[in-house]
Amino acid sequence: MDTKHPLVLPDGGPLVRFADVTKRYGDLTVLDQLNLDIGHNEMVSIIGPSGSGKTTVLRVLMTLEAINDGVIYLDGDPLTHMPKGNGLVVANEKYLRQKRTGIGMVFQQFNLFPHMTALQNCIEAPIQVLGMNRDEAEDRAIDLLRLVGMYEKKDQHPSRLSGGQQQRVAIARALAMRPKVMLLDEVTSALDPEVIGEVLNVIRSLNSEHNLTMIMVTHQMGFAREISDRVCFFYAGKIAEQGTPDQLFDDPQNDRTKQFLRAVLDAN
Amino acid sequence: MNYWEFLIQYLPKMASGAVMTVSVMICALLLAVTISIIFGLMRITNSKPIQGVAFVYIEFFRGTSLLVQLYWIYYVLPLMGLTLSPFMSGVIALGLNFGAYGAEVVRGGIQAVPKAQWEAALALNFSSKQRIRRIIIPQTFTIILPPAANLTVELLKATALVALITVVDLMFVAKQLNATTWLSAQVFGTALLVYYAMARFALIPFLRWLEVLAARKVGKS
Amino acid sequence: MEWRWEFAIEILPRMLWATGNTLLAAGAGYAIAMVVGLILMFGQQTPYRVVNIVVRELVEFVRSTPLLVQLFFVFFVAPQFGVTLSAWTSAMLTIGLHFGTYLSEVYRGALEGVPKSQWEACRALNFSTVYTYRRVILPQAFPIALPGMGNYLVGIFKDTPLLATIGVAELMHTANALGAETYRYLEPYTMVGAIFLIISLPTALGLRRLEAAVARHQGKLNH
Repeated sequence: MDTKHPLVLPDGGPLVRFADVTKRYGDLTVLDQLNLDIGHNEMVSIIGPSGSGKTTVLRVLMTLEAINDGVIYLDGDPLTHMPKGNGLVVANEKYLRQKRTGIGMVFQQFNLFPHMTALQNCIEAPIQVLGMNRDEAEDRAIDLLRLVGMYEKKDQHPSRLSGGQQQRVAIARALAMRPKVMLLDEVTSALDPEVIGEVLNVIRSLNSEHNLTMIMVTHQMGFAREISDRVCFFYAGKIAEQGTPDQLFDDPQNDRTKQFLRAVLDAN
Repeated sequence: MNYWEFLIQYLPKMASGAVMTVSVMICALLLAVTISIIFGLMRITNSKPIQGVAFVYIEFFRGTSLLVQLYWIYYVLPLMGLTLSPFMSGVIALGLNFGAYGAEVVRGGIQAVPKAQWEAALALNFSSKQRIRRIIIPQTFTIILPPAANLTVELLKATALVALITVVDLMFVAKQLNATTWLSAQVFGTALLVYYAMARFALIPFLRWLEVLAARKVGKS
Repeated sequence: MEWRWEFAIEILPRMLWATGNTLLAAGAGYAIAMVVGLILMFGQQTPYRVVNIVVRELVEFVRSTPLLVQLFFVFFVAPQFGVTLSAWTSAMLTIGLHFGTYLSEVYRGALEGVPKSQWEACRALNFSTVYTYRRVILPQAFPIALPGMGNYLVGIFKDTPLLATIGVAELMHTANALGAETYRYLEPYTMVGAIFLIISLPTALGLRRLEAAVARHQGKLNH
């Protein structure tokens, strides 16, 4: 039972809060007492070297993995834990399913369902999980596919789509569930260079026109700089430095941040 | 008599035996598929006891000889009060035996679906049951078709054993004809040819057609 | 019908002797099959296209038809051509051929599983064909073939009861005989099943361990 953390956050607090979150894989500590707040409608980019824990931040928020210590809050309520008496206990599956619906994730490898068309991929969860009726789900899916520019290919299976096209469908699929926060896990890392742009354009429009709260793990420094409200540099399971894009990219304070940015620039 | 005369006289009887062979195979196949799905799923549940039961069943029926299982059901069960017809004994023995092999194929198929698919389904907040039913099983189907096809051909061949518990299938008819005519080469040679024809020119093309159907479902043809 | 332990113990010696016979039949049959498998595999790779096709069709034919029918064919047809084969000889010939076809497919799959680039590297280093096979190809093909070969070893063992139908005095045959003599089938048949389990389960487990050990050993050499 965790009694160090509040049972509920006060009004006007962040949309997402990581409170002293620790995640270990055996002997390896991947997240080390992480404290991070994400505000409503905020666009946060997470950058850093491999193994720094960036992807794990998204994975534990999506409840794909359990945390070892600390609590994650979503929209004021605990996500990874549930209230019991005057403390918090680890959430059971029933509780998780209630809360999880507020989070959407787009994966590096797209992970579309291969036995369904693009449209079917986007209506499956709304119908099965949200209990929507088929017509309503299809209408919404069609709107979203239009939004990501994939309306023409709505009846194609993923095997007929390029990487960039699949990723755009994956974004539509996640949006169909109307999440409060969207998690983007290196969504362009598996794409050929010429199709990266089309995916970034979709994310750009989501950010500017729809004001969605997003947490993006990325290696695309230029893009991160362009659209983020805040950039976090991760190192060894902790946030080494964070700030506005201008602050972090133009005037990094931390040595490791400087090292990393230099290495990235050299590579380009 | 030459071979042609032999065929004219005896092929009809062998054909009716072949019909019985096919009947046994289809009934056993239905039972085996059902068992494969149930026990394959049992092997991957989170419950250790259920996994254990499935494990014991599978290892038992894979580790013992089909003929022994067949004889046991036909000769020993009646001594314990349960008498089954030869046909039923054959179908049940074949179904239980091949169901065990099939369960391992199903299990392998489920485990071969990429972990990422499980995660994508979780991210969309599917319940465990919905995930397995709507996302994992359809993908499993495509994966298990080739090994399942092999097992089906093996099943066709294994039906010959039911002749030993007096089911009047193709093998039984062949043995009978051999005992009465002693034209062993013609009798058993023709039997071999009929089995071959059933496997090569009927069963295998059918299974191949199923694989094409499944591939089409995933948009791959 | 009740299980009678005295009877079970009484027939045990005879069952054990028959078990020895069964193991002998399985072992000898498998040894023959291993050789036949090699012959059949190479028979599909000769420079003579006709030979390749004939062997290929033969392999398909034997693989697609029941062992039981083949047993009867060999046993009863040989005398028609003047050659009287004992039950044992017929059994060995049939099993050798039947499982030889399975093993030839296992060998073929294992050889194809070795990356083409390995052959090319040997050619580039100017190794002789014999050396290529001996030191590069076969060591890599072996772990690939092992699971299949192991499965068929267990498979041959479990198919030995079929030999009873043409009179080979193995386990099933002995159980039948005991049942006919004493009118008690419960103990003999159950003991046959138990003996099969006792032999094939540890064998299967041991084979899996062997596969893992070979894979581990190879892993240190290869990747």
